[in-house]
Amino acid sequence: MEQFFQQLTNGLAVGAIYALIALGYTMVYGVLKLINFAHGDLFTIGAYLGLTLLTSLALTEHIGPVWGVSVLAVMVMGLVALIGALLDRLAYRPLRESPRLSAVVSALGASIFFQNTVMLIYGARFQVYPQNILPKTAINIFGLYVPLIRILILLASIVMMGALYFFIQKTKVGTAIRAAAIDQGAARLMGIDVNRVILMVFLLGPAMGGVAGLMVGLYYGQINFTMGWVYGLKAFTAAILGGIGNIPGAMVGGILLGVIEAMGAAYLSIAWKDAIAFCVLILILIFRPTGLLGERVAEKV
Amino acid sequence: MLLEIVDLRVKYGSIEVLHGINLKVREGEIVTILGANGAGKSTTLLAISGLVKASSGAVYFDKNPLHKLPAHKVVQQGIAQVPEGRRMFGTLTVQENLSLGAYTCKDSAQIKRTREWIYEMLPVLAERRNQLAGTLSGGEQQMLAIGRALMSQPKILLLDEPSLGLAPLLVKMIFQTLEEINETGVTMVLVEQNARAALKLANRGYVMEVGNIVLEDDSASLMSNSEVQAAYFGGTPA
Repeated sequence: MEQFFQQLTNGLAVGAIYALIALGYTMVYGVLKLINFAHGDLFTIGAYLGLTLLTSLALTEHIGPVWGVSVLAVMVMGLVALIGALLDRLAYRPLRESPRLSAVVSALGASIFFQNTVMLIYGARFQVYPQNILPKTAINIFGLYVPLIRILILLASIVMMGALYFFIQKTKVGTAIRAAAIDQGAARLMGIDVNRVILMVFLLGPAMGGVAGLMVGLYYGQINFTMGWVYGLKAFTAAILGGIGNIPGAMVGGILLGVIEAMGAAYLSIAWKDAIAFCVLILILIFRPTGLLGERVAEKV
Repeated sequence: MLLEIVDLRVKYGSIEVLHGINLKVREGEIVTILGANGAGKSTTLLAISGLVKASSGAVYFDKNPLHKLPAHKVVQQGIAQVPEGRRMFGTLTVQENLSLGAYTCKDSAQIKRTREWIYEMLPVLAERRNQLAGTLSGGEQQMLAIGRALMSQPKILLLDEPSLGLAPLLVKMIFQTLEEINETGVTMVLVEQNARAALKLANRGYVMEVGNIVLEDDSASLMSNSEVQAAYFGGTPA
Protein backbone atom coordinates (compact mmCIF):
# COMPACT_ATOMS: atom_id res chain seq x y z
CA MET A 1 0.00 0.00 0.00
CA GLU A 2 2.74 2.41 1.04
CA GLN A 3 4.74 1.64 -2.07
CA PHE A 4 1.67 1.96 -4.30
CA PHE A 5 0.83 5.34 -2.85
CA GLN A 6 4.39 6.64 -3.18
CA GLN A 7 4.58 5.48 -6.77
CA LEU A 8 1.19 6.99 -7.53
CA THR A 9 2.12 10.43 -6.24
CA ASN A 10 5.53 10.20 -7.91
CA GLY A 11 3.85 9.18 -11.16
CA LEU A 12 1.39 12.05 -10.89
CA ALA A 13 4.18 14.59 -10.38
CA VAL A 14 6.29 13.25 -13.25
CA GLY A 15 3.15 12.92 -15.35
CA ALA A 16 2.27 16.55 -14.72
CA ILE A 17 5.72 17.49 -15.99
CA TYR A 18 5.20 15.35 -19.11
CA ALA A 19 1.83 17.00 -19.58
CA LEU A 20 3.30 20.51 -19.45
CA ILE A 21 5.86 19.59 -22.11
CA ALA A 22 3.30 17.69 -24.19
CA LEU A 23 1.14 20.83 -24.42
CA GLY A 24 3.86 22.52 -26.44
CA TYR A 25 4.05 19.66 -28.91
CA THR A 26 0.31 19.38 -29.29
CA MET A 27 -0.39 23.10 -29.73
CA VAL A 28 2.28 23.53 -32.40
CA TYR A 29 1.10 20.38 -34.14
CA GLY A 30 -2.49 21.57 -33.93
CA VAL A 31 -1.82 24.83 -35.76
CA LEU A 32 1.14 23.99 -38.02
CA LYS A 33 0.94 20.17 -38.36
CA LEU A 34 4.60 20.24 -37.43
CA ILE A 35 6.37 18.19 -34.76
CA ASN A 36 8.60 20.75 -33.11
CA PHE A 37 11.62 18.55 -32.42
CA ALA A 38 13.37 21.46 -30.74
CA HIS A 39 10.72 21.58 -28.03
CA GLY A 40 12.58 19.14 -25.74
CA ASP A 41 15.59 21.41 -25.89
CA LEU A 42 13.50 24.41 -24.87
CA PHE A 43 12.70 22.31 -21.81
CA THR A 44 16.45 21.83 -21.21
CA ILE A 45 17.01 25.56 -21.61
CA GLY A 46 14.31 26.16 -19.01
CA ALA A 47 16.15 23.90 -16.56
CA TYR A 48 19.49 25.65 -17.14
CA LEU A 49 18.08 29.17 -17.07
CA GLY A 50 16.35 28.22 -13.82
CA LEU A 51 19.66 27.09 -12.35
CA THR A 52 21.48 30.25 -13.43
CA LEU A 53 18.79 32.58 -12.13
CA LEU A 54 18.47 30.59 -8.91
CA THR A 55 22.16 30.82 -8.07
CA SER A 56 22.83 34.33 -9.36
CA LEU A 57 19.80 36.14 -7.98
CA ALA A 58 19.37 34.10 -4.78
CA LEU A 59 15.70 35.05 -4.80
CA THR A 60 14.71 32.37 -2.34
CA GLU A 61 17.03 33.88 0.27
CA HIS A 62 15.53 37.34 -0.13
CA ILE A 63 11.81 36.68 -0.38
CA GLY A 64 11.35 33.18 0.97
CA PRO A 65 11.14 29.82 -0.78
CA VAL A 66 7.58 29.96 -2.10
CA TRP A 67 7.70 33.48 -3.52
CA GLY A 68 11.26 32.99 -4.66
CA VAL A 69 10.43 29.89 -6.69
CA SER A 70 7.24 31.49 -8.06
CA VAL A 71 9.06 34.58 -9.31
CA LEU A 72 11.77 32.32 -10.71
CA ALA A 73 9.17 30.24 -12.56
CA VAL A 74 7.63 33.37 -14.11
CA MET A 75 11.05 34.58 -15.25
CA VAL A 76 11.92 31.21 -16.77
CA MET A 77 8.57 31.08 -18.55
CA GLY A 78 9.07 34.55 -19.97
CA LEU A 79 12.60 33.89 -21.20
CA VAL A 80 11.88 30.49 -22.74
CA ALA A 81 8.73 31.90 -24.37
CA LEU A 82 10.91 34.54 -25.96
CA ILE A 83 13.32 31.90 -27.26
CA GLY A 84 10.32 29.94 -28.58
CA ALA A 85 9.06 33.00 -30.47
CA LEU A 86 12.53 33.55 -31.93
CA LEU A 87 12.69 29.89 -32.94
CA ASP A 88 9.47 30.29 -34.92
CA ARG A 89 10.57 33.57 -36.47
CA LEU A 90 13.98 32.30 -37.59
CA ALA A 91 13.57 28.58 -38.18
CA TYR A 92 9.91 27.98 -39.13
CA ARG A 93 8.30 31.12 -40.48
CA PRO A 94 10.61 31.44 -43.50
CA LEU A 95 9.51 27.89 -44.42
CA ARG A 96 5.77 28.43 -44.04
CA GLU A 97 5.08 27.98 -47.76
CA SER A 98 7.60 25.18 -48.22
CA PRO A 99 6.83 21.46 -48.05
CA ARG A 100 6.32 20.20 -44.52
CA LEU A 101 9.47 18.10 -44.57
CA SER A 102 11.61 21.26 -44.79
CA ALA A 103 10.21 22.54 -41.51
CA VAL A 104 10.79 19.15 -39.87
CA VAL A 105 14.45 19.20 -40.96
CA SER A 106 14.69 22.76 -39.69
CA ALA A 107 13.27 21.59 -36.35
CA LEU A 108 15.89 18.86 -36.08
CA GLY A 109 18.58 21.42 -36.90
CA ALA A 110 17.27 23.80 -34.25
CA SER A 111 17.31 20.94 -31.74
CA ILE A 112 20.98 20.19 -32.43
CA PHE A 113 21.78 23.89 -32.28
CA PHE A 114 20.11 24.36 -28.89
CA GLN A 115 21.64 21.23 -27.41
CA ASN A 116 25.14 22.22 -28.42
CA THR A 117 24.69 25.82 -27.34
CA VAL A 118 23.71 24.64 -23.87
CA MET A 119 26.70 22.30 -23.81
CA LEU A 120 29.12 25.03 -24.87
CA ILE A 121 27.83 27.46 -22.25
CA TYR A 122 27.38 25.12 -19.30
CA GLY A 123 29.64 22.18 -20.14
CA ALA A 124 28.80 18.55 -20.81
CA ARG A 125 28.83 17.41 -17.19
CA PHE A 126 25.77 17.14 -14.97
CA GLN A 127 24.91 20.35 -13.14
CA VAL A 128 23.49 20.30 -9.66
CA TYR A 129 20.61 22.41 -8.33
CA PRO A 130 21.16 23.79 -4.82
CA GLN A 131 19.60 21.37 -2.36
CA ASN A 132 18.03 23.72 0.16
CA ILE A 133 15.64 25.64 -2.03
CA LEU A 134 12.37 24.14 -0.90
CA PRO A 135 11.95 22.73 2.61
CA LYS A 136 12.50 18.97 2.64
CA THR A 137 9.35 18.34 4.60
CA ALA A 138 6.80 15.67 3.84
CA ILE A 139 3.08 16.19 4.08
CA ASN A 140 0.93 13.72 5.95
CA ILE A 141 -2.00 12.55 3.83
CA PHE A 142 -4.14 9.96 5.64
CA GLY A 143 -1.09 8.63 7.45
CA LEU A 144 1.07 8.46 4.35
CA TYR A 145 3.91 10.89 3.85
CA VAL A 146 4.34 12.71 0.55
CA PRO A 147 7.28 15.06 -0.12
CA LEU A 148 6.17 18.68 -0.29
CA ILE A 149 7.80 19.20 -3.68
CA ARG A 150 5.67 16.53 -5.35
CA ILE A 151 2.54 18.25 -4.16
CA LEU A 152 3.82 21.65 -5.26
CA ILE A 153 4.68 20.35 -8.74
CA LEU A 154 1.27 18.78 -9.10
CA LEU A 155 -0.59 21.85 -7.84
CA ALA A 156 1.41 24.30 -9.94
CA SER A 157 0.90 22.17 -13.05
CA ILE A 158 -2.82 21.88 -12.46
CA VAL A 159 -3.14 25.64 -12.00
CA MET A 160 -1.17 26.34 -15.19
CA MET A 161 -3.05 23.76 -17.23
CA GLY A 162 -6.36 25.09 -15.91
CA ALA A 163 -5.37 28.61 -16.89
CA LEU A 164 -4.32 27.47 -20.34
CA TYR A 165 -7.53 25.52 -20.81
CA PHE A 166 -9.60 28.53 -19.82
CA PHE A 167 -7.59 30.75 -22.15
CA ILE A 168 -8.02 28.39 -25.11
CA GLN A 169 -11.70 27.66 -24.51
CA LYS A 170 -13.11 30.96 -23.29
CA THR A 171 -11.16 33.87 -24.70
CA LYS A 172 -11.32 35.41 -28.14
CA VAL A 173 -7.65 34.73 -28.89
CA GLY A 174 -8.04 31.16 -27.64
CA THR A 175 -10.98 30.61 -29.98
CA ALA A 176 -8.90 32.04 -32.81
CA ILE A 177 -6.15 29.53 -32.00
CA ARG A 178 -8.66 26.67 -32.19
CA ALA A 179 -10.07 28.03 -35.43
CA ALA A 180 -6.62 28.34 -37.03
CA ALA A 181 -5.90 24.75 -36.00
CA ILE A 182 -9.00 23.56 -37.86
CA ASP A 183 -8.70 25.57 -41.07
CA GLN A 184 -6.11 28.30 -41.55
CA GLY A 185 -7.65 29.62 -44.76
CA ALA A 186 -11.09 29.97 -43.22
CA ALA A 187 -9.53 31.59 -40.16
CA ARG A 188 -7.92 34.22 -42.40
CA LEU A 189 -11.30 34.86 -44.01
CA MET A 190 -12.58 35.69 -40.51
CA GLY A 191 -9.91 38.37 -40.22
CA ILE A 192 -7.63 36.33 -37.98
CA ASP A 193 -3.93 37.09 -38.41
CA VAL A 194 -2.69 33.49 -38.53
CA ASN A 195 0.94 34.49 -38.05
CA ARG A 196 0.01 36.10 -34.75
CA VAL A 197 -1.86 32.97 -33.70
CA ILE A 198 1.26 30.92 -34.45
CA LEU A 199 3.39 33.38 -32.49
CA MET A 200 1.00 32.97 -29.56
CA VAL A 201 1.38 29.20 -29.72
CA PHE A 202 5.18 29.57 -29.77
CA LEU A 203 4.99 31.74 -26.65
CA LEU A 204 2.63 29.52 -24.66
CA GLY A 205 4.12 26.10 -25.46
CA PRO A 206 7.74 26.95 -24.70
CA ALA A 207 6.69 28.81 -21.52
CA MET A 208 5.08 25.59 -20.25
CA GLY A 209 8.01 23.45 -21.43
CA GLY A 210 10.54 25.80 -19.84
CA VAL A 211 8.86 25.78 -16.46
CA ALA A 212 8.73 21.97 -16.66
CA GLY A 213 12.53 22.06 -16.98
CA LEU A 214 12.75 24.12 -13.82
CA MET A 215 10.50 21.60 -12.04
CA VAL A 216 12.71 18.68 -13.05
CA GLY A 217 15.74 20.57 -11.76
CA LEU A 218 14.09 21.20 -8.43
CA TYR A 219 12.66 17.67 -8.19
CA TYR A 220 15.70 15.58 -9.12
CA GLY A 221 18.39 18.15 -8.36
CA GLN A 222 20.46 17.17 -11.43
CA ILE A 223 20.33 18.41 -15.00
CA ASN A 224 22.21 17.62 -18.17
CA PHE A 225 22.29 19.13 -21.64
CA THR A 226 20.81 15.98 -23.20
CA MET A 227 17.86 15.70 -20.79
CA GLY A 228 15.51 17.30 -23.33
CA TRP A 229 15.82 14.30 -25.61
CA VAL A 230 14.29 11.71 -23.24
CA TYR A 231 11.76 14.09 -21.70
CA GLY A 232 10.83 15.39 -25.13
CA LEU A 233 10.28 11.88 -26.42
CA LYS A 234 8.18 10.92 -23.41
CA ALA A 235 6.09 14.08 -23.68
CA PHE A 236 5.66 13.45 -27.38
CA THR A 237 4.42 9.96 -26.49
CA ALA A 238 2.04 11.57 -24.00
CA ALA A 239 0.73 13.93 -26.68
CA ILE A 240 0.09 10.99 -29.04
CA LEU A 241 -1.50 9.02 -26.21
CA GLY A 242 -3.98 11.82 -25.58
CA GLY A 243 -4.50 12.56 -29.27
CA ILE A 244 -2.04 14.96 -30.87
CA GLY A 245 -3.50 18.38 -31.53
CA ASN A 246 -5.89 17.98 -28.62
CA ILE A 247 -5.08 20.13 -25.59
CA PRO A 248 -6.99 18.24 -22.88
CA GLY A 249 -5.58 15.10 -24.51
CA ALA A 250 -2.01 16.23 -23.82
CA MET A 251 -2.88 16.85 -20.18
CA VAL A 252 -4.56 13.46 -19.72
CA GLY A 253 -1.90 11.66 -21.77
CA GLY A 254 0.94 13.16 -19.75
CA ILE A 255 -0.48 12.29 -16.36
CA LEU A 256 -1.46 8.81 -17.52
CA LEU A 257 1.97 8.10 -18.96
CA GLY A 258 3.67 9.30 -15.76
CA VAL A 259 1.54 6.98 -13.63
CA ILE A 260 1.93 3.98 -15.97
CA GLU A 261 5.67 4.47 -16.01
CA ALA A 262 5.95 4.80 -12.23
CA MET A 263 3.82 1.70 -11.65
CA GLY A 264 5.78 -0.26 -14.23
CA ALA A 265 9.05 0.77 -12.63
CA ALA A 266 7.81 -0.27 -9.21
CA TYR A 267 6.12 -3.57 -9.98
CA LEU A 268 7.95 -4.85 -13.07
CA SER A 269 11.46 -3.52 -13.09
CA ILE A 270 12.95 -0.06 -12.94
CA ALA A 271 15.18 -0.97 -15.86
CA TRP A 272 12.08 -1.28 -18.02
CA LYS A 273 10.82 2.23 -17.23
CA ASP A 274 11.53 3.72 -20.67
CA ALA A 275 10.56 0.52 -22.48
CA ILE A 276 7.14 0.63 -20.83
CA ALA A 277 6.59 4.21 -21.93
CA PHE A 278 7.41 3.40 -25.54
CA CYS A 279 5.34 0.21 -25.47
CA VAL A 280 2.44 2.49 -24.61
CA LEU A 281 3.31 4.55 -27.70
CA ILE A 282 3.42 1.47 -29.93
CA LEU A 283 0.15 0.07 -28.55
CA ILE A 284 -1.67 3.36 -28.99
CA LEU A 285 -0.37 3.72 -32.54
CA ILE A 286 -1.61 0.23 -33.38
CA PHE A 287 -4.97 0.24 -31.65
CA ARG A 288 -6.01 3.89 -31.45
CA PRO A 289 -3.85 6.08 -33.68
CA THR A 290 -6.02 9.12 -33.03
CA GLY A 291 -5.24 8.93 -29.30
CA LEU A 292 -7.60 8.73 -26.36
CA LEU A 293 -9.33 12.06 -26.97
CA GLY A 294 -8.57 12.59 -30.66
CA GLU A 295 -11.27 13.02 -33.30
CA ARG A 296 -14.26 13.88 -31.23
CA VAL A 297 -16.41 14.85 -34.17
CA ALA A 298 -16.21 13.70 -37.74
CA GLU A 299 -16.32 16.56 -40.20
CA LYS A 300 -19.35 16.48 -42.41
CA VAL A 301 -18.50 16.62 -46.08
CA MET B 1 -18.33 51.86 -57.86
CA LEU B 2 -18.04 49.76 -54.68
CA LEU B 3 -15.72 47.09 -56.03
CA GLU B 4 -13.57 47.29 -59.10
CA ILE B 5 -11.23 44.65 -60.48
CA VAL B 6 -8.77 45.96 -63.08
CA ASP B 7 -6.81 43.65 -65.35
CA LEU B 8 -6.32 41.06 -62.59
CA ARG B 9 -3.88 38.24 -63.23
CA VAL B 10 -3.25 35.33 -60.85
CA LYS B 11 -0.69 32.55 -61.12
CA TYR B 12 -0.54 29.25 -59.29
CA GLY B 13 3.16 28.49 -59.51
CA SER B 14 4.09 29.15 -63.12
CA ILE B 15 0.59 28.57 -64.50
CA GLU B 16 -1.56 31.64 -65.02
CA VAL B 17 -5.20 30.98 -64.14
CA LEU B 18 -6.66 34.48 -64.45
CA HIS B 19 -5.60 36.25 -67.63
CA GLY B 20 -6.39 39.85 -66.79
CA ILE B 21 -10.06 40.11 -65.85
CA ASN B 22 -12.10 43.29 -65.36
CA LEU B 23 -15.18 43.38 -63.18
CA LYS B 24 -17.27 46.09 -61.54
CA VAL B 25 -19.82 45.94 -58.74
CA ARG B 26 -22.05 48.87 -57.83
CA GLU B 27 -23.32 49.48 -54.32
CA GLY B 28 -26.44 47.45 -53.49
CA GLU B 29 -26.15 45.15 -56.51
CA ILE B 30 -26.06 41.40 -56.73
CA VAL B 31 -23.55 40.38 -59.37
CA THR B 32 -23.17 36.75 -60.35
CA ILE B 33 -20.17 35.05 -61.92
CA LEU B 34 -21.05 31.99 -63.99
CA GLY B 35 -18.75 29.46 -65.54
CA ALA B 36 -17.70 25.84 -65.69
CA ASN B 37 -15.32 24.16 -63.27
CA GLY B 38 -11.82 25.60 -63.57
CA ALA B 39 -12.96 28.83 -65.19
CA GLY B 40 -11.39 30.87 -62.38
CA LYS B 41 -14.50 31.93 -60.46
CA SER B 42 -13.30 30.82 -57.04
CA THR B 43 -9.83 32.18 -57.71
CA THR B 44 -11.39 35.56 -58.44
CA LEU B 45 -13.13 35.58 -55.07
CA LEU B 46 -10.03 34.34 -53.26
CA ALA B 47 -8.00 37.10 -54.91
CA ILE B 48 -10.48 39.73 -53.70
CA SER B 49 -10.22 38.34 -50.16
CA GLY B 50 -6.43 38.25 -50.37
CA LEU B 51 -6.11 34.50 -49.89
CA VAL B 52 -4.35 34.25 -53.22
CA LYS B 53 -2.11 37.08 -54.39
CA ALA B 54 -2.47 38.87 -57.71
CA SER B 55 0.57 38.61 -59.96
CA SER B 56 -0.51 41.87 -61.58
CA GLY B 57 -3.56 44.09 -61.82
CA ALA B 58 -5.55 45.65 -59.04
CA VAL B 59 -8.65 45.33 -56.87
CA TYR B 60 -10.21 48.52 -55.56
CA PHE B 61 -12.81 48.69 -52.83
CA ASP B 62 -14.37 52.12 -52.43
CA LYS B 63 -11.37 53.43 -54.45
CA ASN B 64 -8.88 51.92 -51.95
CA PRO B 65 -6.46 49.28 -53.24
CA LEU B 66 -7.17 45.87 -51.67
CA HIS B 67 -4.62 43.76 -53.48
CA LYS B 68 -1.75 44.96 -51.29
CA LEU B 69 -3.45 44.02 -48.02
CA PRO B 70 -3.01 40.69 -46.20
CA ALA B 71 -6.18 38.59 -45.98
CA HIS B 72 -6.98 39.45 -42.36
CA LYS B 73 -6.95 43.17 -43.15
CA VAL B 74 -9.34 42.78 -46.10
CA VAL B 75 -12.10 41.70 -43.71
CA GLN B 76 -11.68 44.93 -41.76
CA GLN B 77 -12.43 46.92 -44.92
CA GLY B 78 -15.93 45.43 -45.02
CA ILE B 79 -15.55 42.38 -47.23
CA ALA B 80 -16.65 38.95 -46.06
CA GLN B 81 -16.55 35.68 -47.92
CA VAL B 82 -18.67 32.54 -47.68
CA PRO B 83 -16.06 30.12 -49.01
CA GLU B 84 -16.63 27.16 -51.28
CA GLY B 85 -17.49 24.03 -49.32
CA ARG B 86 -18.60 26.17 -46.34
CA ARG B 87 -15.35 25.61 -44.39
CA MET B 88 -17.02 25.46 -40.97
CA PHE B 89 -14.98 25.16 -37.79
CA GLY B 90 -16.53 21.75 -37.19
CA THR B 91 -15.37 21.13 -33.63
CA LEU B 92 -16.50 24.56 -32.45
CA THR B 93 -20.06 25.40 -31.50
CA VAL B 94 -22.42 27.35 -33.74
CA GLN B 95 -22.12 30.34 -31.44
CA GLU B 96 -18.32 30.16 -31.45
CA ASN B 97 -18.36 30.04 -35.24
CA LEU B 98 -20.48 33.18 -35.30
CA SER B 99 -18.22 34.92 -32.79
CA LEU B 100 -15.24 34.22 -35.02
CA GLY B 101 -17.07 35.90 -37.87
CA ALA B 102 -16.98 39.07 -35.78
CA TYR B 103 -13.30 38.62 -34.90
CA THR B 104 -12.33 42.03 -36.26
CA CYS B 105 -15.19 43.80 -34.46
CA LYS B 106 -14.26 45.32 -31.10
CA ASP B 107 -17.69 46.50 -29.91
CA SER B 108 -19.27 43.64 -27.96
CA ALA B 109 -22.73 45.26 -27.80
CA GLN B 110 -22.62 45.58 -31.57
CA ILE B 111 -21.59 41.92 -31.92
CA LYS B 112 -24.52 40.86 -29.79
CA ARG B 113 -26.98 42.91 -31.83
CA THR B 114 -25.69 41.45 -35.08
CA ARG B 115 -25.89 37.95 -33.64
CA GLU B 116 -29.49 38.44 -32.54
CA TRP B 117 -30.33 39.75 -36.00
CA ILE B 118 -28.80 36.65 -37.57
CA TYR B 119 -30.60 34.33 -35.15
CA GLU B 120 -33.85 36.08 -36.07
CA MET B 121 -33.23 35.69 -39.77
CA LEU B 122 -31.89 32.11 -39.50
CA PRO B 123 -33.81 30.66 -36.54
CA VAL B 124 -32.37 27.18 -37.09
CA LEU B 125 -29.01 28.54 -35.91
CA ALA B 126 -30.54 29.92 -32.74
CA GLU B 127 -31.96 26.50 -31.91
CA ARG B 128 -28.58 24.89 -32.37
CA ARG B 129 -26.36 27.58 -30.94
CA ASN B 130 -24.56 25.28 -28.48
CA GLN B 131 -24.21 22.38 -30.89
CA LEU B 132 -20.91 21.62 -32.64
CA ALA B 133 -20.97 22.99 -36.18
CA GLY B 134 -19.77 19.67 -37.60
CA THR B 135 -22.99 18.00 -36.47
CA LEU B 136 -25.24 20.30 -38.53
CA SER B 137 -26.78 19.16 -41.79
CA GLY B 138 -25.43 20.51 -45.07
CA GLY B 139 -28.14 23.15 -45.40
CA GLU B 140 -27.72 24.27 -41.80
CA GLN B 141 -23.98 24.51 -42.29
CA GLN B 142 -24.53 26.73 -45.31
CA MET B 143 -26.80 28.96 -43.24
CA LEU B 144 -24.09 29.10 -40.58
CA ALA B 145 -21.44 29.96 -43.16
CA ILE B 146 -23.61 32.85 -44.37
CA GLY B 147 -24.39 33.95 -40.82
CA ARG B 148 -20.74 33.79 -39.87
CA ALA B 149 -19.76 36.00 -42.80
CA LEU B 150 -22.48 38.52 -41.90
CA MET B 151 -21.13 38.83 -38.35
CA SER B 152 -18.43 41.21 -39.55
CA GLN B 153 -21.20 43.47 -40.92
CA PRO B 154 -19.71 43.52 -44.38
CA LYS B 155 -20.57 46.05 -47.05
CA ILE B 156 -20.01 43.35 -49.61
CA LEU B 157 -20.54 39.62 -49.32
CA LEU B 158 -18.69 37.19 -51.57
CA LEU B 159 -20.46 33.85 -51.95
CA ASP B 160 -18.79 30.83 -53.52
CA GLU B 161 -21.37 28.28 -54.65
CA PRO B 162 -23.76 28.46 -51.71
CA SER B 163 -26.06 25.94 -53.42
CA LEU B 164 -23.38 23.26 -53.80
CA GLY B 165 -24.58 19.81 -52.74
CA LEU B 166 -27.93 20.99 -51.41
CA ALA B 167 -31.43 19.71 -52.22
CA PRO B 168 -33.53 21.97 -54.51
CA LEU B 169 -35.80 23.03 -51.66
CA LEU B 170 -32.83 24.11 -49.57
CA VAL B 171 -31.34 25.95 -52.52
CA LYS B 172 -34.55 27.92 -52.79
CA MET B 173 -34.39 28.75 -49.09
CA ILE B 174 -30.78 29.87 -49.29
CA PHE B 175 -31.51 32.14 -52.24
CA GLN B 176 -34.49 33.64 -50.46
CA THR B 177 -32.27 34.40 -47.49
CA LEU B 178 -29.73 36.01 -49.79
CA GLU B 179 -32.46 38.21 -51.24
CA GLU B 180 -33.48 39.29 -47.73
CA ILE B 181 -29.89 40.10 -46.85
CA ASN B 182 -29.46 42.11 -50.02
CA GLU B 183 -32.56 44.12 -49.15
CA THR B 184 -30.84 45.28 -45.96
CA GLY B 185 -28.23 46.95 -48.17
CA VAL B 186 -25.50 44.30 -48.46
CA THR B 187 -23.88 44.15 -51.90
CA MET B 188 -23.15 40.65 -53.19
CA VAL B 189 -20.91 38.80 -55.58
CA LEU B 190 -22.31 35.34 -56.19
CA VAL B 191 -20.34 32.57 -57.86
CA GLU B 192 -22.66 29.80 -59.00
CA GLN B 193 -22.99 26.71 -61.16
CA ASN B 194 -26.73 26.87 -60.71
CA ALA B 195 -27.05 29.53 -63.41
CA ARG B 196 -30.82 29.71 -63.48
CA ALA B 197 -31.20 30.43 -59.76
CA ALA B 198 -28.26 32.81 -59.78
CA LEU B 199 -29.53 34.88 -62.72
CA LYS B 200 -32.99 35.07 -61.19
CA LEU B 201 -31.50 36.62 -58.07
CA ALA B 202 -28.78 38.78 -59.59
CA ASN B 203 -28.98 42.18 -61.28
CA ARG B 204 -26.06 41.53 -63.58
CA GLY B 205 -23.82 38.67 -64.52
CA TYR B 206 -20.40 37.81 -65.89
CA VAL B 207 -19.57 34.60 -67.71
CA MET B 208 -16.06 33.20 -67.29
CA GLU B 209 -14.22 30.71 -69.46
CA VAL B 210 -10.69 29.41 -68.71
CA GLY B 211 -9.49 32.50 -66.90
CA ASN B 212 -11.20 35.14 -69.03
CA ILE B 213 -14.47 37.02 -68.80
CA VAL B 214 -16.22 36.29 -72.08
CA LEU B 215 -19.62 37.86 -71.51
CA GLU B 216 -21.06 40.60 -69.35
CA ASP B 217 -24.68 41.75 -69.28
CA ASP B 218 -27.75 42.29 -67.13
CA SER B 219 -29.42 39.14 -65.88
CA ALA B 220 -32.46 39.23 -68.17
CA SER B 221 -30.30 39.50 -71.27
CA LEU B 222 -27.99 36.74 -70.12
CA MET B 223 -30.98 34.54 -69.38
CA SER B 224 -32.19 34.90 -72.96
CA ASN B 225 -28.72 34.76 -74.49
CA SER B 226 -28.56 31.71 -76.72
CA GLU B 227 -24.95 30.83 -75.85
CA VAL B 228 -25.71 30.97 -72.13
CA GLN B 229 -28.80 28.86 -72.64
CA ALA B 230 -26.89 26.26 -74.56
CA ALA B 231 -24.04 26.14 -72.07
CA TYR B 232 -25.88 26.38 -68.75
CA PHE B 233 -29.53 25.48 -69.20
CA GLY B 234 -28.84 22.43 -71.32
CA GLY B 235 -31.48 23.48 -73.84
CA THR B 236 -31.26 24.54 -77.43
CA PRO B 237 -31.51 28.27 -78.17
CA ALA B 238 -35.14 29.39 -78.17
